[in-house]
Amino acid sequence: MTLSNGYPAQTVIGLEVHVQLKTETKLFCGCSTTFGAPPNTQVCPVCLGLPGALPVMNDAAIELSIRAGLAIDCSIPPMTKWDRKQYFYPDLPKGYQISQFDLPICADGFIEIPDPADPDSTRHIGILRAHLEEDAGKSMHDEAAGRSDTRIDLNRCGTPLLEIVSQPDMRSSAEAKAYLQELKLRMTHLGISDCEMQEGSLRVDANVNLHIEVDGKKIATPIVEVKNMNSFRAVERAIEHEVDRQYDLWEETGKTIDDESKTTRGWDDNAGITFLQREKEESADYRYFPDPDLLPIRLPIERVEAARANLGELPGAIRIRLAQQYGIKPYDADVIVNQGPDLIAYFESAATGSGDGKRTSSWIQQDVMRTLKDRDIGIGEFPVDADSLGKLLEKVASGELDNARARDVFAHMIETGQSVEAAITALGIESVDNSELETLCQELLDANPQVAEDFKAGKQQAVGSLIGQAKKKNPNANPQQVRETLIKLLQG
Amino acid sequence: MLDSALEILRLQSAGEATAVEIAGAALDAIEASQPTINAFTHVDREAALSAAAAVDAKRAAGGRLGPLAGVPVAVKDVLCTRDMPTTCSSRMLKNFRPPYDAGVVERLRAADAVIVGKTNMDEFAMGASTENSAFGVTRNPWDTTRIPGGSSGGAAACVAAGTVPLSIGTDTGGSIRQPAAMCGVTGLKPTYGRVSRYGLIAFASSLDQVGPIGWSVPDVALMMQTIAGYDARDSTSLNLDISHYTEVLSSHDLRGLKIGILRESMDRDGVDDSVRQATLDAADVFQSIGAEMVEIDLPHNDYWVPTYYVIAPCEASSNLSRYDGAHYGHRTSDLSDSDKLGPLVTTYCRSRAEGFGDEVKRRIMVGTYALSEGYADQYYSQALKVRRLIKGDYDAAFSQVDLLLGPVTPTPAFPLGQKVDDPIQMYLCDLFTVGANLAGVPAISLPAGLDASGLPVAVQLQAPVLEESRLLFAGAAFQSVTDHHKRRPS
Repeated sequence: MTLSNGYPAQTVIGLEVHVQLKTETKLFCGCSTTFGAPPNTQVCPVCLGLPGALPVMNDAAIELSIRAGLAIDCSIPPMTKWDRKQYFYPDLPKGYQISQFDLPICADGFIEIPDPADPDSTRHIGILRAHLEEDAGKSMHDEAAGRSDTRIDLNRCGTPLLEIVSQPDMRSSAEAKAYLQELKLRMTHLGISDCEMQEGSLRVDANVNLHIEVDGKKIATPIVEVKNMNSFRAVERAIEHEVDRQYDLWEETGKTIDDESKTTRGWDDNAGITFLQREKEESADYRYFPDPDLLPIRLPIERVEAARANLGELPGAIRIRLAQQYGIKPYDADVIVNQGPDLIAYFESAATGSGDGKRTSSWIQQDVMRTLKDRDIGIGEFPVDADSLGKLLEKVASGELDNARARDVFAHMIETGQSVEAAITALGIESVDNSELETLCQELLDANPQVAEDFKAGKQQAVGSLIGQAKKKNPNANPQQVRETLIKLLQG
Repeated sequence: MLDSALEILRLQSAGEATAVEIAGAALDAIEASQPTINAFTHVDREAALSAAAAVDAKRAAGGRLGPLAGVPVAVKDVLCTRDMPTTCSSRMLKNFRPPYDAGVVERLRAADAVIVGKTNMDEFAMGASTENSAFGVTRNPWDTTRIPGGSSGGAAACVAAGTVPLSIGTDTGGSIRQPAAMCGVTGLKPTYGRVSRYGLIAFASSLDQVGPIGWSVPDVALMMQTIAGYDARDSTSLNLDISHYTEVLSSHDLRGLKIGILRESMDRDGVDDSVRQATLDAADVFQSIGAEMVEIDLPHNDYWVPTYYVIAPCEASSNLSRYDGAHYGHRTSDLSDSDKLGPLVTTYCRSRAEGFGDEVKRRIMVGTYALSEGYADQYYSQALKVRRLIKGDYDAAFSQVDLLLGPVTPTPAFPLGQKVDDPIQMYLCDLFTVGANLAGVPAISLPAGLDASGLPVAVQLQAPVLEESRLLFAGAAFQSVTDHHKRRPS
């Protein structure tokens, strides 16, 4: 039990992840959930909490929550219900948040992640529960130039969030990051959430403390909850900061978990430190009780099983299958799977067409993904469809085109959207027949007698100098074929 | 005085009166009664007259008219109306105009009813006397030194005063039946979920229900026919076909009907002799028209009021959190000395302190306490368990009888101010009514006589869930052989 920095201690981390569900409308009303609309334009009496307005459940959020729960191996109970969590805040219009308290929609799951400390092993991270709740609005404080205005945007009010609560099973910031990456991958892969941290559709709170070994006994430091981090990097850094801070504080004060209740801290990304947000004395009493405006929801086993049947293949299984089925490296399969279901489908379709998984994987990772990045587009908007890429790479595999010519053709297809054949014609690429090639090679050998002498002296590589010249005379000449023809003539 | 909706419909179809004439008469009567009765918080003469004119025009054009065409209707000021203030008789919502109509209000408009205004009530429907109103008390038309009952005091008083034939009230623990009883009119609390709560400003969501008040059962049935039914915007709304409430009233033969009389509860201390006698007399009437009367008991009766006064304040404390001065409604203008708590918390505290009256504050505090950590199990969870027992009592009773007969209120209308400073006495006004709310069953208050000083006394019939038509059928039979409902305040 030693930390990377040498402390005789173990880091204990549990994460609470808020995932915004990808529904078209809010959790309890028909308002849009689109990000970035002008303030207070996506609101109605229900999400504003106006007197007399009543919530009505959005079934799409239930369906996505069931999918999410199944994706992290949770059980889905036969009944779930709604509770009110009461607190006063200006961006919480009703004075309570509709959430789930004792009967969450998902319970008791887990995620396997690669062990950052041992590439051959995995870590099992337990998931305590996942519950559905509505989001609150946003307060914007304008304190510039002596002003102290607060403006409230309620567009986000009522947006569906699934809060996924892990067990305190993570032992390092690297494990926390791996857990978040795997969670994000499953949520995006299954279309449950966009998980855009900049847009707030994935938010992370980390509970951190240390188990320190003293004279063979284990002492726990007080638990700290670091709230609302907006990048995986921030989560890693905040955890590392907390490890140092808590260890130093323990050395200084000797305070343990028995001396102090949980505190809440914020993360200052610029300063790289956490700071105290809520004093421990003000432990909140949310006065949870069942929301009388919403009936409990029955989730029949048939519904859960239908969702399971529709879930499709999970990223972990796809990774293994791609590696086996297309003969690519696990690392390459991982890169493709991490790009999401559309790119996986693109790869599979192109690889089937080309008959060469490795070549397809390498083209997609280099040529295709670079273009996507340069143009900031998704694979759905890519001008060359999977069939066309498959056809192109099939020509490379059969020797009809060399790699360099294929890249020219590919570039032309991207620019014009033409088919492989049309692009080849447009670029004036013709196949060179054997007699034509033999004539060309014989001319070159006649003009370069030294090559023939070197070849006969055992230097096979001598022909290499003629391949470039052949390409100059006829750009359509395939270098491999030129090499073969030259050798045949010299041996003949 | 036009006191029957059915008569108003007949006059119009016979060409003897126009909707505008009827609305004008109602508005004049309201104006004349306001200084003494104060049943209304808002009256919009122009809007009412133009709605009536639209009905007349539609009739003249041969258009299809709704079932309440040209009938003046008053709406309790707890239901949202797009074109009128909706205040809950609270300073908190004094200037609040909702951007939408309640589901019930939509249905009234669709039925071509003429909404004349909003009626006074106990603030946020909390009270039994309509004395907790930011707009002054409402007085009982039978005796203006007395309360009209509450919280739908304005809704009952405006019908009793003969200004409108029908009004809409709400009933969380008896707030339709109790003022109807004290004002000598007929009031129905429907099955929980039978009428949409969309746009009803919540007091206690699991108990609140909207219902009609009128002089007689046929009028009440007519309005029930209009307002009942499924509303997808209310998750607790029942998605079931509604009965033909107006068609069940023709037969007045109660043979085969078994009515349980709740004798044990009416023999309690504090129940007025006039109330006990009226109940016994009503039992005789029901027997005389064929019903079989049996004595029955609801064993957990003693727990009704305590259970209610835990659950209702708990829900109220939550429902009323939204009135914080931040988004709408009353906001304090006094931020002096706010350094200690900060301007935000000071805004909350002072806005709520200034906006809410004493009874509302009392219930918010009781509810907050009963839901707080360490006490929720002792009070709220315990009350939920007792509520299940109370429901069980009703189920057991209705396995033996078709209807339950008993009193509505322990006493006739009491003098203004008598119980204002004694909340427990005030809460005991709900002794006979809260059971129906806790169990979700429908119940009707029927005028059943006058006491020695000429004040109305009433009886209550309760039925199994969704059996409003049984209540209306029995109630109409009762009124066909009695004339209590025809008495008017002088």
